[in-house]
Amino acid sequence: MSKPNRRAVIVGVATSDYPNLPDMSEQQVHAQAAERALADAGVEFADLDGYATTGFFPMFAVGMCEYFGIRPHYVDETNWGGASFEVLVEHAATAVEAGVCDIVLVTYGSIQLSAMGRKLGTGGGTGAPAGPAAFDQLWGNTLVGSYALAAQRHMYEFGTTSEQLAEVAVTMRAHAANNPMAQYRDPITVADVLSSRMIADPLHMLDCCVISDGGGACVVTTEERARDLRKPPVYILGGAHAMTHHMGISQMPEVTVTAAAQSGPLAFRRAGLTPADVDTLQVYDSFTITVVLSLEDLGFCEKGEGGAFVQGGRLRFDGELPTNTDGGGLSACHPGMRGMFLIVEAVRQLRGESVNQAPDPKIAVAHGTGGMLSTGATLVLGTEVP
Amino acid sequence: MSPSKPEPKPRPAPIPDAETEPYWQAVNEGRLMVQRCTVCGRSQLYPRWRCLRCRGEVEWVDASGGGTVYSFTVIRQNFSRSFRHLIPYVVALVDLDEGPRLMTNLVGVDPDDVEIGMRVRVKFEHVSDEASVPLFEPA
Ligand SMILES: [Zn+2]
Repeated sequence: MSKPNRRAVIVGVATSDYPNLPDMSEQQVHAQAAERALADAGVEFADLDGYATTGFFPMFAVGMCEYFGIRPHYVDETNWGGASFEVLVEHAATAVEAGVCDIVLVTYGSIQLSAMGRKLGTGGGTGAPAGPAAFDQLWGNTLVGSYALAAQRHMYEFGTTSEQLAEVAVTMRAHAANNPMAQYRDPITVADVLSSRMIADPLHMLDCCVISDGGGACVVTTEERARDLRKPPVYILGGAHAMTHHMGISQMPEVTVTAAAQSGPLAFRRAGLTPADVDTLQVYDSFTITVVLSLEDLGFCEKGEGGAFVQGGRLRFDGELPTNTDGGGLSACHPGMRGMFLIVEAVRQLRGESVNQAPDPKIAVAHGTGGMLSTGATLVLGTEVP
Repeated sequence: MSPSKPEPKPRPAPIPDAETEPYWQAVNEGRLMVQRCTVCGRSQLYPRWRCLRCRGEVEWVDASGGGTVYSFTVIRQNFSRSFRHLIPYVVALVDLDEGPRLMTNLVGVDPDDVEIGMRVRVKFEHVSDEASVPLFEPA
């Protein structure tokens, strides 16, 4: 692969304040996260020669460069929905290993809660019903509804139950209880999830992620450069991304098989590892079903066994596969494109800095999902090169 | 939050473009069409430049109007003025007998009685003077 001294590593991570930032702009959220991640790494803005982010409008990354007052020669704004930040870090790793640049800052920021309120996700259409998009935009389907279509089919094909999906929400809330910044921290039970309001059958309100303000940032550089920096580097061992469809779930070949079935095996192959080697998983939990599908498609269990897999405390920080140890999007923070938070928490676990620390993890996976189960991106991270 | 409920709006109408116009025109005339490959015979929707299986040329043909429910959900929260008065309503993915999968609404059935695998048939509903949409009901 790369020359050993140019191996890609993550040297700084941070979140902004969250989950409620009524007095901050979107750019300020990026800036707060960036400043903290750079301080965590021991890097200055002047050291950067690469930058990556993505937003809802074209040339957003250029706008952020202007805002920060930086003129990097490597810039990336690949938009993979909620999985964008895993892709941006994968790309940054490739760039630093190839010698295109030396230090890349990746930032994310959102004020969707303060700007749009809590109706998001059940607002009806996602744009004008023109061209191909019309085929999925005339039926009053919602974002929640698209994931519900996948959950319903998974239940039909594999016998997955609402109780099993609820286990995911219960575990994330237990983790959030120990995260002082988390949006919701009071413990919940399976019965609480099942008795919460039905939004789109079979998904209840507590099967759905929270709606938050917040952001995060990380710094990618080479192993060589990391020697002078503050913290031990976290190695980017493998990364890959994939998609199945755009925003209309009618075009997804099988709603029970996500892009993770393509990105996961490829990322593990590039890392020379398997799911059995993974000590902690940070996975996109837009909805409880998203976690079940991702666990199956990444290869942590067989297709159809995800419902049983999440039971019995297996995903708890003291369980077999500590998952979403910050409380996840289901309870801690979900500002729209949560992928950056997965990377931040994976790095914190590998450094021993998590609020729900797993025992001495060596390998972590961050897996993002974007759109309407449309995209997936997997990063395999480690404390050393195996 | 608001003292009175906002007035309902009509269902949204499709906005055809050069490629989807034949489909929506047929729907407005009460016909459901699919795009069929002139080489391998595979059918597809939405319409594309070529067949997604063999890259062969495609043509429009009438569909039978029959299909099977692949998955469904009952929408119980939607703040859209075009749909909130219809709650609870069924959004479904229907596999047409010709193969393509369509998103649609199931009507003429209690949401609690909908099942995956259920046989359904197309019906058409006018949403404006110039446009209709294909809905499905139990066959
Ligand atoms: Zn063909």
